[in-house]
Amino acid sequence: MTNNSFIIQSSPHLRDKESVPKIMYTVIASLVPACLASFYFFRFKALVLLLSCVAACLITEALFLWLRKKPLDSTWDGSAIITGLLLAMTLPPSLPVGMAAIGAVVAIGVGKQVFGGLGYNIFNPALVGRAFLSTAFPAAMTTWIPPVMAKVNIATFATPLGNLKFQNAIAQGTLAPLKDLFWGNVGGCLGETSAFALILGGIFLLYRRIIDWRIPLGIFLSLTIFSGFFWLSNPEKYASPLFHILAGGLLLGAIFMATDMVTSPITPFATWIYAFGIGLIVGLIRLFGGFPEGVMYSILLMNAFVPVLSHYIRPRILGERRKK
Amino acid sequence: MKLKTFPRGIHPPQFKELTAEKAIQVMPPPEKVFIPLLQHFGSPAEPLVKKGEEVSLGQMIGESKALFSAPVHSSVSGKVIAVDNYEHPGGNLLPTITIANDGRDCLCLEAEGSKAPFSLSPDEIRQRVRSAGVVGLGGAAFPTAVKLSPPKDKPIDTLIINGCECEPMLTSDYRLMLEHPEGILKGAELARLATGAERTIIGIEDNKTKATDSLKKHIYDFPAEITLLRTKYPQGAERNLIFALLHREVPRGGLPFDVGVVVHNVGTAKAIWEAVSQGKPLYEKAITVSGNGIVEPKNILVRIGTPFQSVIDFCGGLKEKVNMLVMGGPMMGLSQWTLDAPVIKGTSGVLAWTSALIPREYNCIYCARCVDHCPMGLVPTQLAKFVRYERLTEAENWGILDCVECGSCQYICPAKIPLVHWLRLGKNKIASLKRKKSA
Repeated sequence: MTNNSFIIQSSPHLRDKESVPKIMYTVIASLVPACLASFYFFRFKALVLLLSCVAACLITEALFLWLRKKPLDSTWDGSAIITGLLLAMTLPPSLPVGMAAIGAVVAIGVGKQVFGGLGYNIFNPALVGRAFLSTAFPAAMTTWIPPVMAKVNIATFATPLGNLKFQNAIAQGTLAPLKDLFWGNVGGCLGETSAFALILGGIFLLYRRIIDWRIPLGIFLSLTIFSGFFWLSNPEKYASPLFHILAGGLLLGAIFMATDMVTSPITPFATWIYAFGIGLIVGLIRLFGGFPEGVMYSILLMNAFVPVLSHYIRPRILGERRKK
Repeated sequence: MKLKTFPRGIHPPQFKELTAEKAIQVMPPPEKVFIPLLQHFGSPAEPLVKKGEEVSLGQMIGESKALFSAPVHSSVSGKVIAVDNYEHPGGNLLPTITIANDGRDCLCLEAEGSKAPFSLSPDEIRQRVRSAGVVGLGGAAFPTAVKLSPPKDKPIDTLIINGCECEPMLTSDYRLMLEHPEGILKGAELARLATGAERTIIGIEDNKTKATDSLKKHIYDFPAEITLLRTKYPQGAERNLIFALLHREVPRGGLPFDVGVVVHNVGTAKAIWEAVSQGKPLYEKAITVSGNGIVEPKNILVRIGTPFQSVIDFCGGLKEKVNMLVMGGPMMGLSQWTLDAPVIKGTSGVLAWTSALIPREYNCIYCARCVDHCPMGLVPTQLAKFVRYERLTEAENWGILDCVECGSCQYICPAKIPLVHWLRLGKNKIASLKRKKSA
């Protein structure tokens, strides 16, 4: 044994088993129920969208890593797969594959790699991709098809939130029942339909301590308070808080997107502000904005505040004198 | 019962079972000892002996007039064969006195104990502790006499004896508590008398209940109490221990003196007792030799200055494929590049690993685990970034100097970023900038 063969490193010499790829693949595993639900409701269309988004994300990631002369094995750290899956989850099932792939390229390229890759992006990459698509292809992005088992008129089909906003669904009595929202037998994006599948994944992530429980809870609380106030004052016009939580992309956003580690704050207090902000903006857009749905913009908006929150809200250092 | 503890912190695997049940074995002194003149926090000692001189066991061979310093003593009797630079466990070459052991262990005649140690004045206790070269044996090696001399305007009410041994793998403090409870309690009592504290609290983690039982048998003779703490790292870190036991916060940049507390390790307490009652200088100490790279892990009583090679040979040698050697605990210990470096006063263990790996580093994903676990309430990932980009003023504003280098952040980091390395680098850079400014 020669002396030269010892590893010299700074302490500590023990490391936890958790690693970045492990966290990423755990998130992927937690998305499996939602993926299965989308297969069940939209069959082949869901499969094609999910696969094409993931493939486009992986290819874009590899291309950018190669251009930036970074180790190519980072492609497989799992983060690009998550972006692909989440992007597909936010797309209408009838969206052409080519458009989805363009969204994936924008998500990884503009949403993540131009900032410096994993960990450096300010906005959630999947939502950047979706925001691009809804601006570039507004018609395709708002064309909805019903789940395969629903017996409805396809020509006038809309999402539960669309019905609420544009069809005056409460007065007409056509508001989607909560039971359908929970199990997923409604129209919408791939991942928006089944609340049950999303909650299942969320419980797994909470159990594995990957996501911060404050974020979903804070979003639910602020949206409940906001929409509850209007519901109580005029239930003929406004839907109940539970409807708002189960409908549209709120659960997908609250459990899987707002909780993205990179784009959410790092201190508990800042996290509460961030979560309450998202819930509030969702409520504002849904109740008073021009769109039926506001999860995407609310998360992107609050993402933009994260660097400021992280700068000004720091944990109290042990022994720090309280200001008198 | 709800156990006391501090906020945040981590739960690393313990690995204590390797040596916990092994009684401290006395290791025969080696043929040569290498005694560095700097083994403590503060100024190095000046050599008192020359090449060729005969020295006896326990003879003072180095001393300094500086306040923050401690003398060093010969750990064998024999002949000085060199006073020169030699490998130090800190990783550099430092002035070291090399002594060839004549095997007779002739005791130095200066050494004389006090027959009535408890009736000594605080000054006499401090004097004896100082001349015996006692330093904090928890790892930081802060001169103990300084810690026994609180400033007059800062009265001390509580003495804490630290029996946490929160570092994984190390069990030598645990064995000391099992095997020498009386020495620890008597030393604690002397420390209490020297600092003028009213009471003594012994803090022990709840995975060492046997040690508690052992101390309890003798505790009734002293104004001391034992408090069980939750097993959590870094429970034994001074500031966190004070918070856990007393709910007092040592102010940033301050000392435990500022909140009326002094903390001593159990090993230090025993060394204080031996120094005062027997006049025995600190020339040997109990350490743990462990890790999956050691053939026969043990707790041993070893002479200061024994090279790691001899220590490891005494424990059956190294296994094949050993590629990492650490002095100290696995969380805060120092990587060693050579087996020639000697055991010093601050050595709490010698650990060897087979097939250690430096993990692949990823970008920070802001998972906030380091923030959630930092026992000091810092934002390690942000501090590391500041240091990386040379933004030292901001690093200081964000509290980099409060970092105690416990390693919790790096342990928990899923991106495997060497956070402690960056934080240490930043602290050192800031310190050297300040030195330049004041010079």
